[in-house]
Amino acid sequence: MNVFIDYLLTAVPLGMTFLYGCVGEILTEKAGHLNLGIPGIMCIGGASGCLALSCLNGLGLPAFLVVIIALIAAFAGGMVMGAVYCFLTVTLKSNQNVTGLAMTTFGVGTTKFIMSGLAENGGMGYLYARDFFRYPFAESTTSLKLCGVMVYLAVVIALAASFVLSRTRVGLHLRAVGENPATADAVGINVTKYKYVATCIGSGIAALGGLFYIMDYSGSYEAYKSIEALGWLSVALVIFTLWRPHISILGSVAFGILYLAGSRLPTLLGIQFDMSMTPLLQLLPYIVTIIVLIVTSVRNKRENQPPASLGLPYFREER
Amino acid sequence: MKNNNSTAAAKKNNAASSAHVHEPLFHVVKRDTIPIWKSMLIRVIAVAAALFICSLLSMILIKANPIEFLETLVDATLGSTRRLWKFSKDAAVLLCIALAITPAFKMRFWNIGAEGQVLIGALASVACAFYLGNTMSNAALLVIMFFAAVLAGAIWGGIPAVFKAKWGTNETLFTLMMNYAASGIVAYFLVKWTPSGSSVLGELKTGHLPQIIHPYFLIILAVIVITFLVFIYQNFTKQGYELSVVGESENTARYIGINVKKVIIRTMLISGAICGIAGFLIVAGLDHSITETTVGGRGFTAIMVSWLAKFNPLVMILTAAFVTFLDQGASQISTAFNIDSSFPDMVVGIVLFFIIGCEFFINYKLKFRSMTKKEVK
Repeated sequence: MNVFIDYLLTAVPLGMTFLYGCVGEILTEKAGHLNLGIPGIMCIGGASGCLALSCLNGLGLPAFLVVIIALIAAFAGGMVMGAVYCFLTVTLKSNQNVTGLAMTTFGVGTTKFIMSGLAENGGMGYLYARDFFRYPFAESTTSLKLCGVMVYLAVVIALAASFVLSRTRVGLHLRAVGENPATADAVGINVTKYKYVATCIGSGIAALGGLFYIMDYSGSYEAYKSIEALGWLSVALVIFTLWRPHISILGSVAFGILYLAGSRLPTLLGIQFDMSMTPLLQLLPYIVTIIVLIVTSVRNKRENQPPASLGLPYFREER
Repeated sequence: MKNNNSTAAAKKNNAASSAHVHEPLFHVVKRDTIPIWKSMLIRVIAVAAALFICSLLSMILIKANPIEFLETLVDATLGSTRRLWKFSKDAAVLLCIALAITPAFKMRFWNIGAEGQVLIGALASVACAFYLGNTMSNAALLVIMFFAAVLAGAIWGGIPAVFKAKWGTNETLFTLMMNYAASGIVAYFLVKWTPSGSSVLGELKTGHLPQIIHPYFLIILAVIVITFLVFIYQNFTKQGYELSVVGESENTARYIGINVKKVIIRTMLISGAICGIAGFLIVAGLDHSITETTVGGRGFTAIMVSWLAKFNPLVMILTAAFVTFLDQGASQISTAFNIDSSFPDMVVGIVLFFIIGCEFFINYKLKFRSMTKKEVK
């Protein structure tokens, strides 16, 4: 039983990495933009957070302030990336897939550059803040220590996003923009503003995921290298959870469990797998995503569809 | 024409009410056509601006002056015969993958799974060489490796296509997930094949492409042949016409009696098969081995190459060369100035932003307030 609880206590925090990315991407997609730059944005979030942390090193600020500044830095880093994406896809109306992929190339490269730069110039000290992020369980010797402040923040953000999207006027307008920008424009909604704000905030939220993964879940200097793969899973999770932030809380935990299945299942079930099975077990989240993709498309229910104008640029004078 | 009428009407309105209504500084109008020299000029300006930004960046990051930056950039590809061959080889492989995804992209099928399709093709080649290596002549083995790779790539590309055609399953994420599936399968076989479980497969002794003139020559030649074949397929065959109609408008395609499902599946089988060939070329001609990172992100870079060339295979030769040039140049800079090897990704990313952005000025033009007023008078 103990093994099982430990498994769960690791899977939930890992899932929160997905949750940040997923909620961010949902907001973006609700505005009608498929942002394939999310993996790059999550990386940038981690990098700018760590950059801020290593600047704060040794200033002796109180722990909560350090965490908040790092959060702001990560959020800002994500927003800058989001703004570039928006400028290219909203204002300059370029192809969203290509722009997103370029964002990912740039984001991952820049992150590696910053992080290895930090390592070279003795700025590696950012991990001193790990215990701040793992508050209130930093002292714990079990996997409970991973359930730090940002885990709860992720759930709060997801619930807030869900509330805004389905219960407020702003959310209604945003969904209208994503479904049919021309109609939204006709009723006087500022389409460009909504797209910009939703995408930038979404990118900021996703960026927090990168910081969370480095500082809380992984807590190691090498962590930034695995963020990209997690980011792609976050994008897939959006479809898995049918564009609903509150469902994505459960979805991301499920993804966390699946992601760790490769390493945890053998001990949990008490079976000794052949070593070559591990890579196959690690495929579980991807295979489940594919199955969910297929099932949702086969069932083809109206309320489970992506926003109608997803991926299409909006130009007012076109008809 | 419609656009022109509506803007003319808008102008009249503006003129009539300009005294009361605030008129924006400029507004955006779609262009009908643009002369080629003008569109090329815009692109050249964009690239120049991007390189300017990059050299500024390198000035801040590595204290290299811009001229030094550009010099190293050019030197990395043209500096010696060896570099030129390496450049041509890298460009050829990238071009091959870009050619593979082009028919799919032209059909608006967002196949971002080239990474996996190439990898699975490479795996099939390696598997043939691994199991059959000592049982037959090299030539026969190469033929079997080739067809195994083509088949594996076609299957890997065909699976998402079948679901897309039948139920409209989102192909972008499906193909993306297939990438991870491919690399997991490669990892599985690597553990199986290496007795100690080290997952490092040494160089295969058999199944090498023959070397003519230069180790890389045959690969480059093969890719040139594929380029022309894809060009002919897209522009001069019925199937090529069908896929471009499906890409432009699925409804039109259905209306004129094209079997859209068939076209989607067929095109993706071809696309996957060419990816398989790329995998075969990498294994038989270059690496003679496989790792999970054999493709190394080229499946994604190829999307840019294909898109930049507007899905024209002949232009793609230039764009593939250009992207490889940037990549190789920037990695040369990172070695020369002793900075992290991720620098090329940043440079390529920045240049891509500019090129992506400049498309706007090719498709649209800005009309400024003062200009519109004059025209009305």
